[in-house]
Amino acid sequence: MNPLTYFRSGDWLTLLLGAWFTAWLAATMWHGGAPSKAVIRAGGQLFAEARLDTPRRIIVPGPLGNSIVEIEPGRARVAADPSPRQLCVKQGWLSHAGDAALCLPNQLSVELAGTQRRFDSLNY
Amino acid sequence: MKVELLTTADDHRIAKLAAMALGLTLLEAVIPSPLPGVKPGLANIVTLVVLTRFGLRTAVWVSLLRVVAGSVLLGTFLAPTFVLSFSGALASLAALAAAHTLPARWFGPITQSICAALAHIAGQVAVVFFWLIPHAGVGYLLPVFAAAALLFGTVNGIAAAYLMARLPAAQTAPCAA
Repeated sequence: MNPLTYFRSGDWLTLLLGAWFTAWLAATMWHGGAPSKAVIRAGGQLFAEARLDTPRRIIVPGPLGNSIVEIEPGRARVAADPSPRQLCVKQGWLSHAGDAALCLPNQLSVELAGTQRRFDSLNY
Repeated sequence: MKVELLTTADDHRIAKLAAMALGLTLLEAVIPSPLPGVKPGLANIVTLVVLTRFGLRTAVWVSLLRVVAGSVLLGTFLAPTFVLSFSGALASLAALAAAHTLPARWFGPITQSICAALAHIAGQVAVVFFWLIPHAGVGYLLPVFAAAALLFGTVNGIAAAYLMARLPAAQTAPCAA
């Protein structure tokens, strides 16, 4: 039995449209929203909101010392942090809306916000 | 006192076909799935054959009976799983009703199956998003679900076409029951 014999000409069209639709979904859904600003929090308080347009470094003081947040057009990262395990530094550049880096020992968080934000938080 | 239910040949046929679909549903429940929600949907092969041989009305009956009876047997009746199955089935049937009207010369069971499978995940993800998890993160899974729907939709469509080519029309024809 050759499965291809069961395809009618329009079925190929449907398969092609389906594949195109799936590829389109992947391209839209996995791209993430373009981030517009980085929200920097220190000790639970909002420390700064930095627009992601011009490159600069922001020094954020914390209980262990100063952390450095680096901003570049379209992306941001924690460049240096006194936390022992360096998790947020190793996370590297954040470039999608919703991405976040947390430096818990130094009580710092950097989150990229998109143009729209529908929820403050979610609980389950 | 004797209560007699009047059943027609049509009822018997729907019951038999729904039982077949139910068998496939139970069979499939045993297969482990890599991701919740990704299933082959083998029971839809029955729905596809029924749609072509007996028409939309019978297909709707068979499909919905299968979902309800299947959830009772699997213990998920009225649980969120059931609501997801049911909404998926309703969306599928709507897609089948639309795809059924396409000219049969060019569009066969494979087209119907792909449309139904994609509508199925669309219906389910919509319910998940608006009822259970209103978070944009649900969208991350959409491409995976769509790819699975495309794959299994195509395979089920081929299976249905194969069955219909093999089964003589008389065996499943409306008047044979």
